[in-house]
Amino acid sequence: MNPDQLRFAGSHEWVSDGNPATVGISHFAQDQLGDVVFVELPKVGTTLTAGSPFGSVESVKTVSDLYAPISGRVTAVNEALVSTPELVNSSPYDAGWLIKLEPTGDLAAELGALKDRASYEAGAGH
Amino acid sequence: MSEHEEGTGGLSHTPLHGLHEAAGARMAPFGGWDMPIHYGSILEEHQATRQAAGLFDLSHMGEFLMSGPGAFDLVSLLITNDPAPLDPGQGLYSPICRDDGTIIDDIIVYHLPGPPRARYLLVVNAANIGKDWAWVQAVRDEAGLRDKVWLEDQSALTALIAIQGPRAEEILIPITAEPVESLGSFEYAETTVGRIPVNIARTGYTGEDGFEIFVAPEQAITLWTLLLDRGKDAGLRPVGLGARDTLRLEARLALYGNDIDDTTTPLEAGLARWVKLDKPRFWGRDALRRQKEAGLTRKLVGLTMADRAIPRAHYLVANAEGVEIGQVTSGGYSPTLGKGIALAYLPPAQSAVGTALQVIIRGQPHPAIVVKTPFYRRTTVAKEIGS
Repeated sequence: MNPDQLRFAGSHEWVSDGNPATVGISHFAQDQLGDVVFVELPKVGTTLTAGSPFGSVESVKTVSDLYAPISGRVTAVNEALVSTPELVNSSPYDAGWLIKLEPTGDLAAELGALKDRASYEAGAGH
Repeated sequence: MSEHEEGTGGLSHTPLHGLHEAAGARMAPFGGWDMPIHYGSILEEHQATRQAAGLFDLSHMGEFLMSGPGAFDLVSLLITNDPAPLDPGQGLYSPICRDDGTIIDDIIVYHLPGPPRARYLLVVNAANIGKDWAWVQAVRDEAGLRDKVWLEDQSALTALIAIQGPRAEEILIPITAEPVESLGSFEYAETTVGRIPVNIARTGYTGEDGFEIFVAPEQAITLWTLLLDRGKDAGLRPVGLGARDTLRLEARLALYGNDIDDTTTPLEAGLARWVKLDKPRFWGRDALRRQKEAGLTRKLVGLTMADRAIPRAHYLVANAEGVEIGQVTSGGYSPTLGKGIALAYLPPAQSAVGTALQVIIRGQPHPAIVVKTPFYRRTTVAKEIGS
């Protein structure tokens, strides 16, 4: 994924504009967390509302909840993270993706409420 | 260190602060100090210390010097362990308790080289320096030792650098004047490293063999840089407080403020080995004797997780039926075991090794089991003196 084409939530998740939409966490977020050792993700078929918690990322030093950037039904979870959670650190925008969502809400409005990369990174303290 | 350059938010800086920032360390507040948490990866720093060697800036810790004809008596009154068997140049670990047996701090005491029972050095936790200093003075005065013990807070005059890991000794041997290989566990010597005057002790807080090196603040940068350079080929790397925490937790070394504090006793914390109830009077003795006779109502035990969830401090612990029975005091991911580990205070009846319990993590019960501690024990052990 090219981060310039993604939308970002203030809670550090990113989402691609597509169907299914892919969700992950930002480079800034993985850097703040440090070594990721466990990722808890929802089951396929779970329906999420924009802003609702859907899992957590555990690093050696801390744990961070994950929030759905848009509303949708989970169509896939990244099974590779079970054995190699460190992909979230090494490849936050590609191999370290978290879930795929089939949008169920007002996608245009939900994406519009998120930030582009430049304004997300400005707000994240870059 | 208590005199120091002040950073943002009133946090103190060690003499090595600039080096940590230049090395790209992630800094965070710890006990009033702006300290390095990691230099890129807690996991890599943890493994480096277990497999090769790690270098730690511990200059935030406090050092009190006690000298004079009453120094031994004051040390013996203060600590729960017994300083009587210590020869000059030997040290030990000990809790310091109030009269009710609760823990003021846990410290290392060195009987300094020189005439017997003339000088002792207490190494105390950074966050407790002020509290400990007041307590030491109060105990001295209450015992009528005011004219017999000279107390000096040397925290601002002392930087502390630890080198820990199986290759620490071989890194130090060629650059240390005294033969560090003959230094036993908890032994202390005045020597030079790369011609820098230091005091060096074979101790640490990682579960590995290693050394703590006391040096003047103005020499700290030179010493740190020399050690990193001379240890590079052996795999030495700087290690932050993040890995220091995972290393000490695997070794089941208590952290003041988490596992032990103003509300817990050394007996509850599993530190009975360092409480000598039969030695002459010391602060906390009578309360601890009574607690031992009455039996403990809770004890600090180790848990490992049966799934991949990671326990953290303050998470609740429940028995197999879901009834809350305690709380995690320290928890995290164990890089050595590859799973979550924790310490928790539990009722003795539910703390036998093998007991199946649950840790409540974000509202969900996760299976855990009581295990024997430490979670990690190194295979080669230095000569044990410090007990």
